Amino acid sequence: MIDRKFIGYKSPTFDAEVEKGRLRLFAKAIGESDPIYSDETAAQAAGYRSILMPPTFLFCLEMEQPDPYHWFQDIGIPLPRVLHGGQMFCYHRTAYAGDILTFGSEVVDIYDKKNGALEFIVQKVHISDRNVAPVADFTRTLIIRND
Amino acid sequence: MIEPKFAGVKVDDELPALTMPPVTRQTLAIYCGASGDHNPIHVDLDFARESGLDDVIAHGMLVMAYLGRLLTSWVGQDAIRSFDTRFQAMTQVGDAITASGRVVEKFTDGDKNCVRIDLAASNQSGELKASGTAVVTLNE
Repeated sequence: MIDRKFIGYKSPTFDAEVEKGRLRLFAKAIGESDPIYSDETAAQAAGYRSILMPPTFLFCLEMEQPDPYHWFQDIGIPLPRVLHGGQMFCYHRTAYAGDILTFGSEVVDIYDKKNGALEFIVQKVHISDRNVAPVADFTRTLIIRND
Repeated sequence: MIEPKFAGVKVDDELPALTMPPVTRQTLAIYCGASGDHNPIHVDLDFARESGLDDVIAHGMLVMAYLGRLLTSWVGQDAIRSFDTRFQAMTQVGDAITASGRVVEKFTDGDKNCVRIDLAASNQSGELKASGTAVVTLNE
């Protein structure tokens, strides 16, 4: 069982750049054909500053830190038994290629169901820009299968 | 894209559904690299079997990305205020995901006109893989 003392565990903040090449590859990976998600000229012709970062890509950028699973080890989450239970995003503004975003995260809840057969870890991630203005917040719920 | 207007949208309106080709191992390999999510359970069959699964499974966030495409095909991305998903079942190689959405509520928040959308992602057999909600703002 994950020790409840890790509620409040914070990961070190880090910066990640929204890169055009990554956005192009991501658009390919999800079958996105709208050129505002892959072509800067098309995005600018449509009135945007640059290529748009798609709504779920924030989750990907959060994995740009040197070892995205470091906190699994720190609090004892076994990678082979983890499932992604849920994901919630709250947006303050759209991000674009070229943005440098700062990520800070905190474990906000740990609980279990079915007499410990399923454990839940809830992590909140706050994303802000170079002007310290909020860009988005997301909450991820991980499930550990103990069966 | 012609964006929907608040006045013209009704509760129970359906968003134009998005059906994707079946998930292949290559889909997962490209998503692994593009997303930066290198959890081996999505691409390494040996690891998946050692983890008690019969095969690799798709990233939940790939399915959520399809739901995101459903939304951004309907409204400009700036209109999305919130977007959440609960993953209901593992998505397997061979699953062809259809993302669908239905307007369930219209409301105003300050000077913003908002609609709440129920989201679902199901495979070719109708098995629900992910459900969720989104709140988007619309012009009058």
